[in-house]
Amino acid sequence: MKYLFTINLNLVCHVRTLHTSGWGQQQEAVAVESEPEPFSVFRTQETDPACQSEKHLGQFYTLPSAHFRPLFPHGLPYRYQQQVKTFNEACFMVRPPALEVISYLKKADYSKPALRYLFYGVKGSGKTMSLCHAVHFCYTQGWVVLHIPDAHLWVKNCKELLPSSYNSARFDQPLQATTWLRNFRTTNEHLLSQIKTKRRYVWTKRESTDEGRPLGELVNQGISRVKSSSDVVGALMKDLRLQSSQPGADFRLVVAVDGVNALWGRSTIKKENKSAVDLEELTLIHNLKKLMKNDWTGGAIITTLSQTGSLYTPKSAYLPQELLGETGFDSMDPFIPVSVPNYSEKEFESAYLYYLDRKWLQHPQSRTEDGKKELSFLSSKNPSMLDRICGFL
Amino acid sequence: MAASCVRTVGSFLGKCGNCSSSLNTVTSQLSRQVLSRQICVSTALKKNLAAGGPEKFTVEFIQKQVEEFDIGKRHLANMMGEDPENFTQEDIDRSIAYLFPSGLFEKKARPLMKHPEEIFPKQRAVQWGADGRPFHFLFYTGKQSYYSLMHKLYSKILNIEKHQDRMRAKGLFSQDTKEISLDTSRWLTKEELEVLLVETISSNNYDRFIQLMERLLSMPYCNMEEEFVLHYRRPLEARSKKQMVPVPERDDKGVAFSTSDGRRKTSNSSVVLRDCGSGRITVNGQEYLHYFPVLQDREQLMFPLQFMGLLGRFDLQCTVSGGGRSSQAGALRLAISRALLSFLSEGEQETMRQAGLLTPDPRVRERKKPGQEGARRKFTWKKR
Repeated sequence: MKYLFTINLNLVCHVRTLHTSGWGQQQEAVAVESEPEPFSVFRTQETDPACQSEKHLGQFYTLPSAHFRPLFPHGLPYRYQQQVKTFNEACFMVRPPALEVISYLKKADYSKPALRYLFYGVKGSGKTMSLCHAVHFCYTQGWVVLHIPDAHLWVKNCKELLPSSYNSARFDQPLQATTWLRNFRTTNEHLLSQIKTKRRYVWTKRESTDEGRPLGELVNQGISRVKSSSDVVGALMKDLRLQSSQPGADFRLVVAVDGVNALWGRSTIKKENKSAVDLEELTLIHNLKKLMKNDWTGGAIITTLSQTGSLYTPKSAYLPQELLGETGFDSMDPFIPVSVPNYSEKEFESAYLYYLDRKWLQHPQSRTEDGKKELSFLSSKNPSMLDRICGFL
Repeated sequence: MAASCVRTVGSFLGKCGNCSSSLNTVTSQLSRQVLSRQICVSTALKKNLAAGGPEKFTVEFIQKQVEEFDIGKRHLANMMGEDPENFTQEDIDRSIAYLFPSGLFEKKARPLMKHPEEIFPKQRAVQWGADGRPFHFLFYTGKQSYYSLMHKLYSKILNIEKHQDRMRAKGLFSQDTKEISLDTSRWLTKEELEVLLVETISSNNYDRFIQLMERLLSMPYCNMEEEFVLHYRRPLEARSKKQMVPVPERDDKGVAFSTSDGRRKTSNSSVVLRDCGSGRITVNGQEYLHYFPVLQDREQLMFPLQFMGLLGRFDLQCTVSGGGRSSQAGALRLAISRALLSFLSEGEQETMRQAGLLTPDPRVRERKKPGQEGARRKFTWKKR
């Protein structure tokens, strides 16, 4: 073990004393591990979000690959997905906003109406990543995860628009609905067979889903019959909502929506007569809005705001008031806003060390102290900016 | 061009006193000229004006100009409500700039009113009398003023030697007499000497002149001819302006800060640099990451601080207006460098200057010219 210690000391001498609080704990963890794990001050061995605490703030934990595949078929930022592919591992940083929400989730009373959490912050500050962190926690706790990767995708660039079979005034989006159902099935595979439907759904003259069938069948129905997929989505949401509210339910529901301000913004989809489609006329949006109302119990709603995908909003808007608009704010009210700031000094150093460790920074000057200061200045400690800059170093 | 300007101004002011009658005579003269003007001139009779050399002004002409200038000066003083007796050339310039405001960029193209001596080039009066005999004894050397100057100089040298001998005879000879201070001046250049002597000299002549002057200066007791020597020297230009270092003040919390401005193309910026300890930057009230989304602009902001290695130490509060993205970044960079000067030592200031951080970028948008598509781009050339 001695040689490990000397190597560790060398590493520590490089870095300033920001991480010494976590160091003691790391040492114990390393001593316990039988195989010599590559010891680094910015990593933690604690992969379970439930056990993470303030001690792990600013440190990276690796997502076990068994969790990664089902949990995030969608929902991660594109650049991060590329990074996961390059580094062959998915690492999340433990940051205060996510930890805060997880602690609330742990302590919440689930017989009361669902609590709404809203991540907000400037562009690129890590809102989606915080959301994914919270979702990972819920997944490890065995909740049903209803994760909508980006509500903006449902509101723009729609190739196919069908009049809904259920309600002729509304419009369906079969393509988006089927892709989402597929991803939903991947995420909640193990739970779908256990939960049963509570009502009977009639799709067409010949097809129907009876009561008491496993939810998996409902989902498969939606995927195979593309025409009625949006209605399936609506039915699924309603069912889950009803079931989790019941006191005897054995599962909890988490609704994670990224870019929730799309639900109350404007849409760019046009009908055949070139008139803009009102958001209320889209089935998916309509059902999602019903989910967002906190009239059900036994779960939580975690959302983020997003300016990048939003339509007709100024670039500098990032506060909930500006992005949600009047109606949105009133319907989301009351919610728990959680601000996601840029990296702090410690977090920035963690990210920098992580890139160094992964040999991502090839430029010789980027490995010096001055280089680090330069990076901190140029990216202004914004996570996505740092990622972009390091991309070409 | 300048001459005609003066003539118009002078004559205009001269006629101010007695307006109406002279105006009529002028118009009648003009009409007569118009009636008798020839429509075309045959090429054989046309004089080759260029062959005559530069325009020759007679002595009477120059004198008349001087009189007109004096009268015009008095009229101008009256017009401006100032004392005609004590009207200096600076007052004249000021008044002309006020009465004839001009937006022309070329200063020499603007209206001008100066003494004819300065405007008309000095010309030699006729050098020989009515009998054809030249006045000066050195006329037939061809460069009479040059050789007379050399003779004068040599006679002064001989005078000094005589004085030296006298002092030695008296026993009062001392080597350490007062030296003429030559540090702040330089010798006349060849062109300036030519202007002074009103004749052309060759470079050999010029060298000989300088050699003789140096010989004069090498002798002790040359301070006798100090005035003569200094007549042929010009003061050196004032040293280049030293960089004005902004004074660092302390605000109420005891934090040292300094303010400075910067300009580039059409952007103006002003920066308050605080010695806090955080590296936060605010531009026009917004985060600089939001104001300059492009990496290049942020690199420009970073350059002065990174060059001196003081990245995380200062807090910047900037305001910028005008211009485009890149010119605003450049203006801010200059302002930051200037503000940083007050926190640096002399040697570091010198390195900043040599790095080019303190030089304002003189490039501005070049004017589009008529007949061309842009400033340099010409229209597509078509062969037919």
